[in-house]
Amino acid sequence: MSLSQQQLVNEFRDVGGARQPLLIVRGLKKYFPLKSTGFGLRRERLAVRAVDGINFEILKGETLGVVGESGCGKSTTARLLMQLTEQDSGELIFDGQALGSRGLPLREYRRQTQMVFQDSYSSLNPRMTIEDSIAFGPTVHGVSKREALERAHDLLLRVGLEPARFAGRYPHELSGGQRQRVNIARALALEPRLIILDESVSALDKSVEAQVLNLLQDLKQAFGLTYLFISHDLNVVHYLCDRVLVMYLGEVVEVGPADALFEAPLHPYTQALLRSMPTTDPLQRTEEAPLAGDPPNPINPPSGCRFHTRCQDARAVCASVAPIFHEAVPGRRVACLKYQPDSGYETAQIPLREVTHG
Amino acid sequence: MGEANSTIRLRDLQVEFHQPGKRIQAVNGVDLEVGEGEVVALIGESGSGKSVTLRAMMRLHPDRATRYGGSLEVAGQDVLGMGAKQLALLRGKTIAMIFQEPLLALDPVYTLGQQITETIRRHEPVSRAEARARALQLFERVRIPSPDRRLDTYPHEMSGGMRQRAMIALALACRPQVLLADEPTTALDATVQIQILLLLRELQRELGLSIVFVTHDIGAAAEVADRMAVMYAGRIVEQGPAAVLLTRPRHPYTRALLKSRAEGAMQKGQRLETIGGAPPDLSKLPTGCAFAERCAHAADACRQTPPPNTRVGPGHEARCWRLDEIAVTDISRCTL
Repeated sequence: MSLSQQQLVNEFRDVGGARQPLLIVRGLKKYFPLKSTGFGLRRERLAVRAVDGINFEILKGETLGVVGESGCGKSTTARLLMQLTEQDSGELIFDGQALGSRGLPLREYRRQTQMVFQDSYSSLNPRMTIEDSIAFGPTVHGVSKREALERAHDLLLRVGLEPARFAGRYPHELSGGQRQRVNIARALALEPRLIILDESVSALDKSVEAQVLNLLQDLKQAFGLTYLFISHDLNVVHYLCDRVLVMYLGEVVEVGPADALFEAPLHPYTQALLRSMPTTDPLQRTEEAPLAGDPPNPINPPSGCRFHTRCQDARAVCASVAPIFHEAVPGRRVACLKYQPDSGYETAQIPLREVTHG
Repeated sequence: MGEANSTIRLRDLQVEFHQPGKRIQAVNGVDLEVGEGEVVALIGESGSGKSVTLRAMMRLHPDRATRYGGSLEVAGQDVLGMGAKQLALLRGKTIAMIFQEPLLALDPVYTLGQQITETIRRHEPVSRAEARARALQLFERVRIPSPDRRLDTYPHEMSGGMRQRAMIALALACRPQVLLADEPTTALDATVQIQILLLLRELQRELGLSIVFVTHDIGAAAEVADRMAVMYAGRIVEQGPAAVLLTRPRHPYTRALLKSRAEGAMQKGQRLETIGGAPPDLSKLPTGCAFAERCAHAADACRQTPPPNTRVGPGHEARCWRLDEIAVTDISRCTL
């Protein structure tokens, strides 16, 4: 099958229609247990609550950005979506079909979902040439070796690496940017519909990063892809993503269209995160850090709203009542008592500035 | 610049690494002065020589495989001519350094308190208790919560932001005049990064430290630096006051670098402006301007002789043959 047919095939594979989200994530939960302390009845079962019951959707053809501090569960979420880690509970519904059902066995799901990692070097086999690395996936899924290599060469061309020069090279003979192009080509080799990009451009130099971002946009157009883009670089997320999801301590605190979210963030955490971005104007330097200290320990997260310990707008009620993740403004969901009717949050104390945001 | 009270003075500094079969010219004639209490940011992509220049200031490169050229003075002392003993006195006492990854830079088998008191007692004749009291003060200074308890913890027990604070405390243990920072916030989250940047700015103001700050993040540099120097292929291609360099850069490389980051440059749906090609191989540097091959303004002259350092404004210098032909435009305004 030639690559030009790809888009057609993708439309053919579309099961639920354009309005059916590509992936629905429901109540996804993953705790990593720690070595238990004490004996017998005193024995405490401690666990890192990496991902604590998150719900979201990835729409067809969109780029969904995921942001948050390290340890907030971004990467665990990515690994759960890719099923590299098994969830404790929760389900994934890919284009209307539940993962693991007869309609969508894991093997078939993995073919349609691929991932590109941050470290371009450690994610390639050092003892395989790059054409073999790219062709490996398709051969596992039953494509003949000859055809798989042919496709690998097509893909190398698509990601801007001349096959005649690069196909036979080993990973160490390439620069970081070139290696990340190879990883992208490898992800495309199985003709996936969803690509998870976990900090895929973070390790690259700025000028190379720009080249790879351009490439990602071209490929998305050409192959009709959907991206989940995880990054700590908020500028890049704003530029690339259609919608943005903000995570804090294993929970989703806000989801909304990128422009609206960057312009007027609802959740106090999103507001602080955006204010932490360095300015590029030396005459308007940041005078005070928007957030003090580090995120709390995910082994024993704070009661009520998990952000209340660092939140500027916290009230007494925030320490005891956990907010519900709800639609506060059409198209934007947020988990904050401030926007929740009858939550017991004293709205009278909200500074005027924030009211206009809502 | 050219003032008598500069703490660091590099004149035509060259650093060459010898490897079997080849010589890597990592730094090729860097002129840089850092005044007392001044923060200078060295910006550039990987392989531009910014970290090599920084490490040369403490002579941290292995002596056997490194050849230095030019001159390098720190606080009036000639660092390149120093013997091992003098170097040991210089490091930590006059000039100290913080690194990108504190977990690798701190010793995992000693507590932070032990590491700081050891440093203090290595350089000053004080008792253990006195050194410990000073370590406690330092921890308070860099705002580590419950400092007394934290002195007895090991590096792995702390979070990334706290470790970076502890490393800053260690670097300041012997009250150095110069602090070198090698990508100190790259490994940190945005929310913690801004805390560390503000801390560095505060320390510089209160202790009168000179800081040389290496980063590839122009945003981080803009938050702390008084002056900026942009490096490419082992040379400083442009340097000047931060506000001038960020808004009216003259060198084509600086302009390309800033354009990709300037506000409004990342318009949704539009392609990003990129710099084509890759930096030159440092073992086979071109004879002319090292950036010529990737430069949109390059002419024949650029490929023959390296451009001289040209003064383009107060304290603002650039190395480019075609400065006159490239119009001065305000980047931040033209892209908005």
